[in-house]
Amino acid sequence: MTLARAASIIVAKELRAEFRSFELLNTTVVFVLIVVVLFSFTFDPTNPESRRFGPGLLWIALLFAGSLMLQPSFTREQANDTLAALRLSPIEPFAILLGKILANLAFLLLAEVILLPVFAVLYNVRILPVLGQLSFVMLLGTLGLATIGTVFAAISSQARMRELLLPLLLLPALTPVLIASTEATAGLLADSPELSRTWVVFLAGFDLIFLTAAWLFGEYLFEE
Amino acid sequence: MTATQNSAGLGIEFRDIEKRYGAMLALRRVSMNIAAGEFVALLGHNGSGKTTLLKIAALLGRPTAGEVSFFPDPAGDVIAIKRRIGMVAHNTLLYDELTAAENLRFFARLYGLDDIPSRITHALEAAGLVARRDSLVRTFSRGMRQRMAIGRALLAGPNLLLLDEPAAGLDRQGLDWLNETLSHLHREGCTILMSTHGRSETLALATRAVCLEAGSVVRDTGPAAHSNEILDLAAGFGSPPRFESQERAR
Repeated sequence: MTLARAASIIVAKELRAEFRSFELLNTTVVFVLIVVVLFSFTFDPTNPESRRFGPGLLWIALLFAGSLMLQPSFTREQANDTLAALRLSPIEPFAILLGKILANLAFLLLAEVILLPVFAVLYNVRILPVLGQLSFVMLLGTLGLATIGTVFAAISSQARMRELLLPLLLLPALTPVLIASTEATAGLLADSPELSRTWVVFLAGFDLIFLTAAWLFGEYLFEE
Repeated sequence: MTATQNSAGLGIEFRDIEKRYGAMLALRRVSMNIAAGEFVALLGHNGSGKTTLLKIAALLGRPTAGEVSFFPDPAGDVIAIKRRIGMVAHNTLLYDELTAAENLRFFARLYGLDDIPSRITHALEAAGLVARRDSLVRTFSRGMRQRMAIGRALLAGPNLLLLDEPAAGLDRQGLDWLNETLSHLHREGCTILMSTHGRSETLALATRAVCLEAGSVVRDTGPAAHSNEILDLAAGFGSPPRFESQERAR
């Protein structure tokens, strides 16, 4: 079985399980909305300076949401040791990781689809003219978040203080993604919108490097 | 009842296997050769290393030292070997948030099986769970979950079946089904390695018993052992475990 086929089967299972309960999505969407709404009260939305903070707040909210959402992707597998069932299956170990990364990416993107219009209204920013480019930046940034977050969720799921460990591992590792995504988003939401090629290339390179690292070392993450 | 993929069982050889968890030595130089088609009962108290040995056989854990090999194993391809192994573990290895049919479909697709709908129906019929095919596994009783777990392990028609206390939670009807299923698989040539820490009816089907104590093999009846011999050995494990011997080993 090909890697893509095995990963797609796992993604389909993850989506089915989540859309049955909406456990992760409900929590995450409510959380990011609360963060964005609360911060909107501290700034005057008509002030251009406040819009300068907007992209940073948006990505901070997504980062926190990611750390909430990513944690259960492996801890849920511990209930009946279903991770062992996945590892018993005749598939490449990276397929398990890739399936989880893609599922988490889908969940985070879905949260962003709900979040972006609210963000645009509250922070008085025009996202429609740059929607295509903004979506591209969001995709690259979120892929980085999902990749690193899923890998660290796999690592921390076997630790005793996993709830504390994941943010501790995740936040420093995601700093480059956060900076690049914020800068690229800020460029798009400025008065003269511009897509920064430098930050986009940086994000794409970051995603590629971490996906390759996950592919090379993924099988060791699941070893007992 | 699910047939094996082909008539040949998958043999397994453990050579000087050691497994260490931190300072604790779970397995100490375990060596044994299980021929294709054998039905081996792995006997021992709790903590004697049975589950660890089964996990190594299932390629879920690497030994700290020693080697495990499968035969016939022409290519040494791990994925090809995994396709021929079925396992019933302590946990059910099932997703509570999926239905019985969805669980089986998911694993059937991961194994790349053909004719999945009829395989699911056969597995559910064999486990006596057809009426509950669209029920979430979380609504099942312990016995139903165990039957589902066994059905999942047999779905791909394994040539090597690893069973960790498979009778746990089964009622009389479930035990009869388990015995009938294992007997059928054994006749078809499937290699079976089953752990238990006490006397059970299922043991009467075994043709060899290996006793583990504190991670070491302390007794091996060899192939073609009489069922009474195996049952007598198992009866010895009905008494409380001798933890002092394990402490010494550590």
